[in-house]
Amino acid sequence: MTVGETEGADTETTAAADRETAAESALTPTQDARLRIVLAKLGLDGHDRGLKVVARILRDAGMEVIYLGLRQTTESIVTAAEQEDADAIGLSMHNAGHLTLAPAMVSAVAAAGMNTPVVVGGIVPEEDVQTLLDAGVATVLGPGASAAEVAQAVRDAVIAAEADAS
Amino acid sequence: MTTRTKPSIPDLYRDARAGNRLAVGRLLTRVERGGADADTVSELAHADAGSAHIVGITGAPGAGKSTLVGELVSHLVAAGRRPAVLAVDPSSPLTGGAILGDRIRMEGSQDAVSAPSVTADGDAESVRHKPFIRSMATRGHSGGLALAVPLAVRLFDALGFDPVIIETVGVGQVEVDVVGAADTAVVVATPGMGDAVQANKAGLLEVADVFVVNKADRPGATDVRRDLELMLDLSKVTGQEAEIGYRPPIVMASALEGTGATDVLDAVADHLSFLESSGRRVDRRRHRVRTEIEARLAQALQRRVSNLLASSTGQALLKQVEAGDESPTSVTRRLLDELLSTAPSTPQP
Amino acid sequence: MTDHAKPVDAAVPDPSSEAHQRYQEAYEAARLRDIPFETMSGVPVDPVYGDPPYPGQYPYTRGVYPSMYRSRLWTMRMFAGFGTAEDTNARFKAILRNGGTGLSTAFDMPTLMGRDSDSPWSLGEVGRAGVAVDTLADMEDLFAGIDLSGVSTSMTINGPAAIILAMYAAVAEKNGVARADLAGTIQNDIFKEYQAQKEYIYPPRPSVRIVTDMIRFTTAEMPRWHPVSISGYHIREAGSTAAEELAFTLANGFAYVEAAVAAGVDVDEFAGRLSFFFNSHSDFFEEIGKFRAARRIWARWMKERYGATNERSMLCRFHTQTAGVSLTAQQPENNIARVAIQALAGALGGTQSLHTDSFDEALALPTERAARIALRTQQIVAHETGVANVADPLGGAPYVEWMTDEMERQAEAIFAHLDDLGNGSILEGVYAGIENGYFVGEIADSAYRFEREVNEGRRIIVGVNAFTDGGDGQGDLLRISAETEEMQLKRLTDVKQRRDDDAVGRALAAVTEAAASPTTNLMAPILDAVHTYATLEEIVMAMEAEFGTYVEKAII
Repeated sequence: MTVGETEGADTETTAAADRETAAESALTPTQDARLRIVLAKLGLDGHDRGLKVVARILRDAGMEVIYLGLRQTTESIVTAAEQEDADAIGLSMHNAGHLTLAPAMVSAVAAAGMNTPVVVGGIVPEEDVQTLLDAGVATVLGPGASAAEVAQAVRDAVIAAEADAS
Repeated sequence: MTTRTKPSIPDLYRDARAGNRLAVGRLLTRVERGGADADTVSELAHADAGSAHIVGITGAPGAGKSTLVGELVSHLVAAGRRPAVLAVDPSSPLTGGAILGDRIRMEGSQDAVSAPSVTADGDAESVRHKPFIRSMATRGHSGGLALAVPLAVRLFDALGFDPVIIETVGVGQVEVDVVGAADTAVVVATPGMGDAVQANKAGLLEVADVFVVNKADRPGATDVRRDLELMLDLSKVTGQEAEIGYRPPIVMASALEGTGATDVLDAVADHLSFLESSGRRVDRRRHRVRTEIEARLAQALQRRVSNLLASSTGQALLKQVEAGDESPTSVTRRLLDELLSTAPSTPQP
Repeated sequence: MTDHAKPVDAAVPDPSSEAHQRYQEAYEAARLRDIPFETMSGVPVDPVYGDPPYPGQYPYTRGVYPSMYRSRLWTMRMFAGFGTAEDTNARFKAILRNGGTGLSTAFDMPTLMGRDSDSPWSLGEVGRAGVAVDTLADMEDLFAGIDLSGVSTSMTINGPAAIILAMYAAVAEKNGVARADLAGTIQNDIFKEYQAQKEYIYPPRPSVRIVTDMIRFTTAEMPRWHPVSISGYHIREAGSTAAEELAFTLANGFAYVEAAVAAGVDVDEFAGRLSFFFNSHSDFFEEIGKFRAARRIWARWMKERYGATNERSMLCRFHTQTAGVSLTAQQPENNIARVAIQALAGALGGTQSLHTDSFDEALALPTERAARIALRTQQIVAHETGVANVADPLGGAPYVEWMTDEMERQAEAIFAHLDDLGNGSILEGVYAGIENGYFVGEIADSAYRFEREVNEGRRIIVGVNAFTDGGDGQGDLLRISAETEEMQLKRLTDVKQRRDDDAVGRALAAVTEAAASPTTNLMAPILDAVHTYATLEEIVMAMEAEFGTYVEKAII
């Protein structure tokens, strides 16, 4: 997984070249930038198999996963996203609460003054996907998404959010 | 502030000083990435830092450090303090990614009131702040880690957080270094895992200022305590304790029974008092600064060495060694002269 | 002209063997269903073939009863529950009409977690994954018009199980049915919550105390009731292997036995009412081997380690559910085939009760049509395939016997580890394994390994990573209307207004007091509280005041 390549091409703007030169003379060594993703489940649902698998997938794709796990609230997730300067929030949904919970997450992020993209995965019927996208969810991943698809979807969501903001 | 395009570091710093937590988060990201931005943060923070109590907490995996830190933070918040926690975890050496799961074990501490509140008589005394918890992965570069952590700590310090707690996992050299850079180093051991012996081997015993025997409700807790006491007695024999005038206390704690957190905080506070009254706090700070400068010098020089070796001059000299015309030592001498006499070489592509 | 004489064959049991004679006697004493036990072509078949020990003979590898399905088919227990109690009541009646023989109740997420419908945590979740139960009034609606003495009811709930059981007993009493006549099961398996399903409330030790209180209570007052359904289903769904499912489940069973014995109940007084709940997944022979190994292991351990003398204590009787996690959202109609094969494995594995998943269940709760197809699937296996005519028909097949042995071997290795962790006590080993993340770690590793295999295409899932053309699409899905939540909230407010708050307060205080006294049985004060129409959450909190809550340490 060549995260470095992907990220070199996306997040930084035209100052990239200048930065490179400046980095050479900087007195703090540079480290690879890594995407930081908050993973969580909202509400009472206890199915975390998928969330744990996604955590490993994203780690194996070179990302840093801030794993919050089960029984989170929109407040606890927003707090984490803020403090960890997360590039994206990943939510796993299984209990048909997605139509209420996912939009609530998007609203909470916006209310906190952030534009962190929210990616939803798990069990979302096809007919609800557009509703979620209209509510501001960045991407909805189906249950059969491969590891590569999951990692790419997260990267794409981050890129899109950065593009929106600039 | 809803855009991500490059507010300047000074802007972010100003916002962070004014209480904007988003800005704090973003500054920490710049610190982690290093480079010129990190240098700027370092300059700005230096002026404002110096008052926070820096506490390092380490111990073997499974010692229950995160839960303990969570309890400490809850108490600190309830007492009106403004703690910040830097939770350091290893990155995967294979992929460079990491799963950072420490903050959830401190979850209870997030129950604190989210906004500062003021008492009825207008007194700002009973302000309760949400603790700031930041997870940091080692990213496989111990050299980098050695600078990202103190820089993040200095930033927290400059922004008024106090105490600043660094929590790391493991008993390797990195942990010893990181924890040794704190004002107060807390080493956590648990029963039945040979932690005390491991800690000793790793050299943690020499840097520890407070020991915690965690999960003290388990069988074997008193054995760990005894082992630690024995090891401390040995250092007494070597004269270290007499010289410093301080013997690290051993605190028993159990999350299950809900005991020990306040004792740990007391021990940590006592150590700070000792540092101040003995003048050793200044020594620690001096040591930290020196370590940081050494690290920066070392990596700056390392870069110059690499550049030099890759340059035509360097390559030519290396070839001469290969051909047997020059010895490694004589080439080294020539390269050293070259290094010390010339200006910094051009950046590598 | 086809000869209808019985074939002479090595597979036919030797009538002169002592084991066979014992088997014959037991078989002849059993009451059989009144149908010809013949193939479709009219060839009569024996009740069993091959070697002893036969079904109904220790260690019961080949089946718990001598006559197995010749006496009674497995119970076709279809899980139901959604929306309000009235909605579920209607679904129950439809199931009974359609030939289902047992009621199985699913509760909504807030109820499972011990929260009322008006709790902030319940927003958006009321009545979605099952039926909402806040007070005794809901339980009364749930079973309105159903004679509880004539049905066997299974209730799938864990953390708040004691309260739900109390409500069920209270409903029965109000309808003139004696507690002692109630038959059914309550899942109440708290160990697997820490290991897999995560629907815990209190920390492990107080939770186990609640379980042993319920074992003591049912032993004394509800002798037809199964107080614990020791479950592997969820462990498997969380990603474990078949052997892990088998071993963790049976280990949990041993742990409950140790706990109940320590609480003063004789093993033979309750062990016979413990039942199990397994998953039936897609690897056909692995599952059959697993089921057979389960019976053998349980019998041996109960007899040799725990000193059971009553045969009933040694029988691993189990309910099976086809693997929900194997259902795909892509080409959902394929799931009908998957479920049929998994159901067949359950029947060939000798299950006592079976739930077949609906084909649309990867996406939502099942529609009525899908639920009917699932029930029909079982009925086809039972009545058209002939597999129910012969007990343990695959017994003796070299692969099946090897698989049974292999499952047993892997399980024994895990028991040895837990025994070691617990210094000679499986109960302590299970507590330790929960504490140090052993169970969740193994499960997460197995889940990830599987995921990688699928991702890399080394494991084919039809319609997902191979043969992906076509498919009917997702079709009509069951939608829980937002009105359900509103109706439930109104119902709750109504009940709270009409009840006597002082009585509620006193009853709750008594619950907290009982919780603080380890030897007091919590069931009695909970029953009292339930009668005052105290809510589920109020009673849960009354115990939480003493027990505290549990926060999992995440092991990924």
